[in-house]
Amino acid sequence: MPALKDITFLLLSGFTLISAAGVTFSRKIVYSGFSLLGTLFGVAGLFVMLSSDFVAVTQVLIYVGGILVLILFAIMLTSKIGDMKLTNQSVNGKVAIPIMAGIAFFMITQLTGSQWKTNDVESYQSLLIPIGNAFLKEYLLPFEIISIVLLGALVGAMVIVKKEAK
Amino acid sequence: MVTLNSYLVVTAILFCLGLYNVITRKNAVGILMGVELILNAASVNFVAFAHFHGNHIAGNIFSLFLIVLAAAEAAVALAIVMALYKQVGSIDVDEATTLKG
Repeated sequence: MPALKDITFLLLSGFTLISAAGVTFSRKIVYSGFSLLGTLFGVAGLFVMLSSDFVAVTQVLIYVGGILVLILFAIMLTSKIGDMKLTNQSVNGKVAIPIMAGIAFFMITQLTGSQWKTNDVESYQSLLIPIGNAFLKEYLLPFEIISIVLLGALVGAMVIVKKEAK
Repeated sequence: MVTLNSYLVVTAILFCLGLYNVITRKNAVGILMGVELILNAASVNFVAFAHFHGNHIAGNIFSLFLIVLAAAEAAVALAIVMALYKQVGSIDVDEATTLKG
């Protein structure tokens, strides 16, 4: 009898991959956007299975609450949504599918053939306190730099879309 | 039995789907979604390696930085898409040929 963990992993990864296929192959760009919701939630579930609770919550907050809403806004502001051909055409599929299948096959055979050095004992505990300590101790400089990067991205995005002053 | 290899296989497939999306879409927002899939695959890989090394903290930190950079990237890329739409009237990447001179 398979353990509960294996069933959960299979369900989560299947959900993630099916909705990722929906993002990639669906005809309308709005359907792609809503499939991305499923992929992001599935990845958050995989984070929970890997015992990183804080990363999972951050994934849901930033990706689903921020990036996905931004993407849906951009879809609805830019394209004529009803026109299927205009909105989500994909080109060169006949060439790209064999190449992608080849890359996937190569990666999977290489990954499963490798001997990764791992600890066999899995431990599950909350990582919230170690992450907070690490951000304010040994990762303090990257933490400050990433805030400057965010500020730059914010200002840059506004400068790009603002109207030209005449 | 869920091992490190299971996660690596799932993220390899996720990465290939994202790469397919990036190289075949003509819509700039669709390409951006493919980039998000690729970034998610990389992020799960970081956390998976960290978890199977006794919950090492560096993988989680790296994954958090990746999420933040993806947010910044999405904001700037969508701003560029809006500017392109105002300039060209379409977000088909084949029609953005202004830089060719």
